Amino acid sequence: MTKKILIADDEQNIVISLEFLMKREGFSVCIANDGQEALDKVRSESPDLVLLDVMMPRKNGYEVCQEIRAEPALQATRILMLTAKGRETEVTKGMAMGADAYMTKPFSTKELVAKVKLLLDIPA
Amino acid sequence: MLTGTTIGFASFLYLLLLFAVAYFGDKRADAGRSIIANPTIYALSLAVFCTTWTYYGSVGRAASSGLGFVPIFLGPTLVVALWWFVMLKMVRIGKANRITSIADFIASRYGKSHLLGGLVTVIAVLGVIPYIALQLKAVSSSFTILTFYPAIVMPAKVDSVPWLADTTLYIALIMAAFTILFGTRHLDATERHEGLVAAVAFESVVKLVIFMAVGLYVTFGIFDGFGDLFSRAAQHADLQGLMHMGAGGNGYGNWFALTLLSMLAVMFLPRQFQVAVVENVNENHLRRAIWLFPLYLLLINIFVLPIALGGQMLFAGQSVDADTFVLTLPMAHGHGWLALLVFIGGLSAASGMVIVETIALSTMVCNDLVMPLLLRYRWLALQGQEDLSGVLLGIRRGAIVLILLLGYLYFRLAGEAHALVSIGLISFAAVAQFAPAMLGGMYWRGGTRSGALAGLSGGFAVWLYTLLLPSFAKSGWLPGDFLQNGLWGFELLRPQELFGLQGLDPMANGLFWSLLANIGGYICVSLMRRPNAAEAGQATLFVDVFKQGGPSGGALWRGSAQVGDLLPLIGRIIGPERARSVFADYARSRGVASVDVLPADAGLVHFAEATLAGAIGSASARVMVASVVKEEPLGLDEVMNILDEASQVRAYSKRLEEKSLELEAATRELRGANDRLKELDRLKDDFMSSVTHELRTPLTSIRAFSEMLLEDPKIDLEDRKRFLGIIVSETERLTRLVNQVLDMAKIESGHAEWHNGEINLVEIIEQAVASTSQLFKDKGVALEMNLPASVPTLLADRDRLVQVMLNLLSNAVKFVERGKGRVAVTLAQTAEGMRVDVRDNGPGLTPEEQLIVFEKFRQGGNTMTDKPQGTGLGLPISRQIVEHYGGRLWVESAPGEGATFSFLMPCGKSAETPDEAG
Repeated sequence: MTKKILIADDEQNIVISLEFLMKREGFSVCIANDGQEALDKVRSESPDLVLLDVMMPRKNGYEVCQEIRAEPALQATRILMLTAKGRETEVTKGMAMGADAYMTKPFSTKELVAKVKLLLDIPA
Repeated sequence: MLTGTTIGFASFLYLLLLFAVAYFGDKRADAGRSIIANPTIYALSLAVFCTTWTYYGSVGRAASSGLGFVPIFLGPTLVVALWWFVMLKMVRIGKANRITSIADFIASRYGKSHLLGGLVTVIAVLGVIPYIALQLKAVSSSFTILTFYPAIVMPAKVDSVPWLADTTLYIALIMAAFTILFGTRHLDATERHEGLVAAVAFESVVKLVIFMAVGLYVTFGIFDGFGDLFSRAAQHADLQGLMHMGAGGNGYGNWFALTLLSMLAVMFLPRQFQVAVVENVNENHLRRAIWLFPLYLLLINIFVLPIALGGQMLFAGQSVDADTFVLTLPMAHGHGWLALLVFIGGLSAASGMVIVETIALSTMVCNDLVMPLLLRYRWLALQGQEDLSGVLLGIRRGAIVLILLLGYLYFRLAGEAHALVSIGLISFAAVAQFAPAMLGGMYWRGGTRSGALAGLSGGFAVWLYTLLLPSFAKSGWLPGDFLQNGLWGFELLRPQELFGLQGLDPMANGLFWSLLANIGGYICVSLMRRPNAAEAGQATLFVDVFKQGGPSGGALWRGSAQVGDLLPLIGRIIGPERARSVFADYARSRGVASVDVLPADAGLVHFAEATLAGAIGSASARVMVASVVKEEPLGLDEVMNILDEASQVRAYSKRLEEKSLELEAATRELRGANDRLKELDRLKDDFMSSVTHELRTPLTSIRAFSEMLLEDPKIDLEDRKRFLGIIVSETERLTRLVNQVLDMAKIESGHAEWHNGEINLVEIIEQAVASTSQLFKDKGVALEMNLPASVPTLLADRDRLVQVMLNLLSNAVKFVERGKGRVAVTLAQTAEGMRVDVRDNGPGLTPEEQLIVFEKFRQGGNTMTDKPQGTGLGLPISRQIVEHYGGRLWVESAPGEGATFSFLMPCGKSAETPDEAG
């Protein structure tokens, strides 16, 4: 069964690259351009995994993460946070908010794919 | 019948009793069990103020002027209230500086001046000798009257008695012997005479008791109590006036003058200074004196008016001198023994005054007149003598005999003349001249030796002219012409109405002018120059006496001398044995085993000088000690620094206080600066974090696309082209970002280069519009321009202003709707300067957004689907540029109604902006 991935980022070019990358790996993809939209899509599309940017308009990644974790229905959703702010405190904060993994931008596409597969229990 | 022999024998017995008391006092003092270390004795000794002038004279004065006798005692009673401040300070200064007399006090205060001490001594002697004569006259008159008992005969002319047969002479000589015996037993460092003080206190009791006995006898024996006495007096028309204020022509001005005069006299008469300051054993004795002395004055005055009125009534029509009422009233009623007692009381009042006054004067004559002369002219001759104490005691004894003989001589010569009758007040006025130099010296640092000299000589000269000479003239010794017509015929110079001042009696007039000259001279001349080192040093010792730990002050005398030099020197003055004993005491107090190992330091020198000062006065002591001391001269500054310890400490603590306030302020500033730095650090951190974020974002896209293109050769051409295009545009974004960050940093740190030149805003706007025309065309946005034909030029950096315009224009294009967008650029000249508006019909900004768009890396457009391409630095940089030229950049907008970004460039100011390009 095809796994569904939600890409949440406000940078169009990054969305384009991630969409291309995930589709190439055989995932189905949906897209959100801000935090609020991301939360809506998580509820409506029930993706298996969210690639969640931290710095987004309307709602930031942490808030989105926290709200997903607060909803019992959404507990199965894996969350991989992406941020351009690579400081240790931000990684810790992301994990504390309930993210499953964390990667700093710019990331290696191979590593990202490997991590996504790991989180979705798909053999590499 | 009382014969001269009986009276003489009684007098002799009384004086013998006095000797016994004094002897007892001295013995007890030697045994270390002082009887005068008692506040009551101290207060009673102060009553030496009441002489025969009180004893006999008050009644006389009351008989002629009613309450006119009151001010003489009102003054002391009033001034005593201030003693706890003034007299306490005087006593403290006297002890701390080993002051031996009032002349020594003044000389010491103004830099240990021999000249000043000498002048004070001369004034005191001239002023007081007639006063002594007055005492002798009172004794003589009362003696003569008493010998005629039971008849009442006024004394015959005294010169009918041969000089050498006059009992008064022998009484004077006995007083001299007494004074010599108890006043000059040895030269002491403290110049204290316990036996003498005991005798004086005893005499005070005697005269008070006897006077009150007469008063009681007159009031209750002759009359039937006060009520009877006064009501009977009231029936006499000529006596009524005596019972009111202002009787006998005493205006309030004169009352005031007399009160003031006696206030000063009770403090500055040499004998009062002697008993109150020099003989004081314990400062705390003042506490009792403050109420006991006024009480004494009250008691001795209660019966003055009754006796005066009684005398006036009983001797009406007879030629009985009112001054003798105290004596003659008992005589008239056949009480011979009471009269004899009255004579003894008068003798007591006279001898007390004479003895103490003579002691005080002889000390002054010796220390402030003879010693300086000896030091100056015969020092070398004296050098040869081993023990000078004998010489000094000889001088004092000679002075005592001489002063008493002078008093006797004056009495014989002046006789019944006016000069003697009014001499009491004239003496008071003479010593009142010491007041400015004394009080000024105690409370004002600015007083100088020249000022004191000027004040004293001026006051003394006026006293001589307005008070002493007129009294001589009235006695017929001088032509009285100048009294009526003034000196050389100038009426303004009439001594008793000097400079036309009328309405005061001669006494008040003289006091007023002499004190005016004195105070004026003292203050004016003192103000003419700053006190020199010696004066300033002594001023501190006197004025700040309460602030000093104790009698120290050795610091002023920076020098050293060996015990081997000092001990013989002091031995020669006070005797070798006494010198060795006081040195031994000093060595013990310094914690040194023996006199020989005393350190040769300033403390030793000071001790030696103080010891000498107690014997020969401070000025002479300074000269003598200086002869063996190697003194290192001190400059004024140094003296001030060393001596002014108290004020230095105060200044120091004040400085400390200021310093700690400064520190507090500095701490506050530092804390503020630290907070600002922390804030700046946080801002920098945020900035770095933002920059990092802004750099990582394009890098993320670039890396992702590059890796995918590298790994996957099968990507179709269309995608390839698209991805490469993204990579290129993200690279451009990176470049722009790096440039703008650098630009921002330069402007903020003030390192930006500004190539200022004459610019025309119309040209700037046109250039920017030309650069962005493609953008407008691509997005289908209409541009409207409202530019005036000509505008004044500005002095500014052309490229920077173009950058501002480009920013505003591209922002406007970015936010308007594709195809429907309209942007209007308006340039207008206003009062404040040139104003540029860039208006768009985009979505507009909320009030929050209007604030954040000018913050770094904060972009508007959250509500837009399509995120604007920008670094978030354009508006902040533009604002910095405009503000650099003293202008403003702001936005006016409301959501849904478009936004207008405006900036204003001041016209005048831009020209003043320095060209920072160089």
